[in-house]
Amino acid sequence: MKKQPAIELKNITKRFGKVVANKNVNLTAYRGEILSILGENGSGKTTLMNMISGIYFPDEGQIFIDEKEAVIASPKDAFDYKIGMIHQHFKLVDVFSAAENVVLGIEDGKYNLKESVKEIKKISEQYGFDIVPEKKIYTMSVSEKQTVEIMKVLYRGADILILDEPTAVLTPQETEKLFAVLRRMRDDGKCIIIITHKLHEVLSLSDRVSVLRKGEYIGTVNTAETNEAQLTEMMVGKKIALNIKRDDPKDAEERLTVNSITCVDRSGATVLDNVSFTAKSGEILGIAGIAGSGQRELLESIAGLQRLEYGDIFYFDPKTGKKESLRDKTPIQIRNMGVRLSFVPEDRLGMGLVGNMDIVDNMMLRSYTKGNSLFLKRKQPKDLALKIINDLEVVTPGVSTPVRRLSGGNVQKVLVGREIAASPTVLMVAYPVRGLDINSSYMIYNLLNEQKAKGVAVIFVGEDLDVLIELCDKIMVIGSGRITGIVDGRTTSKEEIGLLMTKAKDEGKEKNNG
Amino acid sequence: MIIQFICRAILLGVPLLYGSTGEIITEKSGHLNLGIPGIMYVGAISGVVGSFLYENACGNDIANMNAFLAVIIPLLCSIAGSVIMGLIYSFLTVTLHANQNVTGLALTTFGVGLGNFLGASLISITKSELPSIALTKTSSFFVAKLPFLSNLGGIGAILFSHDFMTYLAIAIALVTSFIISRTRVGLNLRAVGENPATADAAGINVVKYRYLSTCIGSAVAGLGGLQYVMAYASGVWSNNAFGDRGWMAIALVIFALWKPSFAIVGSFLFGALCNANNYVQGLGTETQELFKMLPYVVTILVLIITSMRKKREHQPPGSLGLNYFREDR
Repeated sequence: MKKQPAIELKNITKRFGKVVANKNVNLTAYRGEILSILGENGSGKTTLMNMISGIYFPDEGQIFIDEKEAVIASPKDAFDYKIGMIHQHFKLVDVFSAAENVVLGIEDGKYNLKESVKEIKKISEQYGFDIVPEKKIYTMSVSEKQTVEIMKVLYRGADILILDEPTAVLTPQETEKLFAVLRRMRDDGKCIIIITHKLHEVLSLSDRVSVLRKGEYIGTVNTAETNEAQLTEMMVGKKIALNIKRDDPKDAEERLTVNSITCVDRSGATVLDNVSFTAKSGEILGIAGIAGSGQRELLESIAGLQRLEYGDIFYFDPKTGKKESLRDKTPIQIRNMGVRLSFVPEDRLGMGLVGNMDIVDNMMLRSYTKGNSLFLKRKQPKDLALKIINDLEVVTPGVSTPVRRLSGGNVQKVLVGREIAASPTVLMVAYPVRGLDINSSYMIYNLLNEQKAKGVAVIFVGEDLDVLIELCDKIMVIGSGRITGIVDGRTTSKEEIGLLMTKAKDEGKEKNNG
Repeated sequence: MIIQFICRAILLGVPLLYGSTGEIITEKSGHLNLGIPGIMYVGAISGVVGSFLYENACGNDIANMNAFLAVIIPLLCSIAGSVIMGLIYSFLTVTLHANQNVTGLALTTFGVGLGNFLGASLISITKSELPSIALTKTSSFFVAKLPFLSNLGGIGAILFSHDFMTYLAIAIALVTSFIISRTRVGLNLRAVGENPATADAAGINVVKYRYLSTCIGSAVAGLGGLQYVMAYASGVWSNNAFGDRGWMAIALVIFALWKPSFAIVGSFLFGALCNANNYVQGLGTETQELFKMLPYVVTILVLIITSMRKKREHQPPGSLGLNYFREDR
């Protein structure tokens, strides 16, 4: 049977001001296949897909749908061509029910939610979804929200589906479920385009892979005829070793002990439930878990930003060997005690850096209390800023550029650089490579390894299980605010961690049922 | 006396009901329009100008005046005036991405200034000795009552003794409530206010919805100003008499939890609270002023209670006060 091209892009170019996001991209996707678009962050994958779904309009080039030229000027046009996009950041209205979100924006005939609910249930059965149409979005888990997103496009009868990094927030088990659904849709004759930068997903799911690099189309290969090394080379443009080195920890000793801490959030819900663990010097302790399982609260408790209901946190001073409690201390008090704690929060521009201030000023955020002079001394922070720009290859017009204007990777380098420059004894990083390209990611991994070699206790909250398994000495899994297991990074498997990640959830369900 | 108190509360409440229904329509699209006090003021003076011109054209003789024209001209003028204000607001915030709060406050200052300018101009045209314009003839058409029902005693007085704009206000609030919660247009409007990026991706024209809801909302709010002059003040315009009713309408939006049907009850309650000082014996001038703060105290209480209960459905629209620009990254 001859393959039917569903969508063809010819010489697509898109610019944002002076930045060229896509340059002369040519791409074809067929019906009844899964095409992966592979590329690093900033390679223009999402921009390209946004042009197909009508969010952006190409500056040059043509789009053909079913071999006829199509003009997609708005999301509505895209729907008319039966194109549906599932965005990386869900586009759902939180206070609406699933059904209301699904019917949103459809302009045909009468508005009848009951009929729509029936229709949604029918589609769910066809593809094997779990969905409660009446459920409000804000009460849903990430995976449920994604199901609603997919339902939205199916309900509109889409037969070209674009998924932008759909697995970024899913557990391995949820990912498998999603892939099963996608395969069923492919067998149903739909054209599925999936954007991702995870190589193993590309290899296990797709039929063909198209690679973009820095906005340019590099090539397309059949998945069956390729391997990780070739794809990486296409993606990055040069061969890079994909192995993260992991040395054995040297004379590890207790540095930080968290002793059955419990925290509640403002609405009274328990976010950390009886959490205990020890972080040792010269070791990287990985923390895995579904996003929002209490990772942030855990790091904030250690940093002195969360009030503990119960429990205590002890710090062992490497010089004096003294044991000190960090409970009920503010960050400044913790610092004045001589505890050298560095924290790279997940919200870089919210908690880590001030976006409107330049790099030097951001350096000073950590040192402004030093010195007794009435005026600030800008020499030292400026030297530090220059050193970071130089050492970490930060791409910036200068030290006085507002941090907000830098790209995500460069912002992260500035933040990590500043925190490491404080020569910490405990370094906490949350999702440090989120949004970074492969080169920058590896640079961050190397920095963490350097700190580990210096005897720093590193706590690393990550989302990519492959990386956690390769990098960390120990991996602690957190689920619904509880520690569901601590495993050895050298011997564990993704499946084991995945099961631990969902364990707390299932236990919770049983509790509710029982 | 209790009947009189209730009737008075309703009369005082109606401008607030118009104002808050208009503001709810606007806020549902994500526009925090703090220009409502100015828009109501402009709505009032535009209607006054319209009826002033019509009265003059009829030679100031009530016999020459056509009841329908006497009502419809001020109504249309009022709507035109406030829609222009709404357009200015939308143009600045939607098209030029100006800050909503600053734009709103500027419109309030501008609207009050414009109203006072036009009011003063009319007063100088009439060469009146009092600093006011009396449009009592037009007003008499506005407050014409249903001939038989209002004679039904106490209940009749409460239910049927009002000017037609009171019923119109309630009707508009009910219709708005229905549209917002039961129709596709309402669903789209709420989506635009909650999460414009989502609405946009779903194919809803965010710009159109924001412009339209702001202009329609302004038109409704402006009618509140007109009702105040024509029914409450019996057609007498004097500068700054409108007071802080516009702000109270905005407070009422919060009180009503962004639901027009709640606003109906809320506006009458606010009307009663505003008026309570006249019915409580032995108040000094300063304690009277304290009484006038009651609506705001109640609003703060509602804010405290709703933020303690944390029910998501009782929160303001998610992107209230935030402008939306599609290619903003």
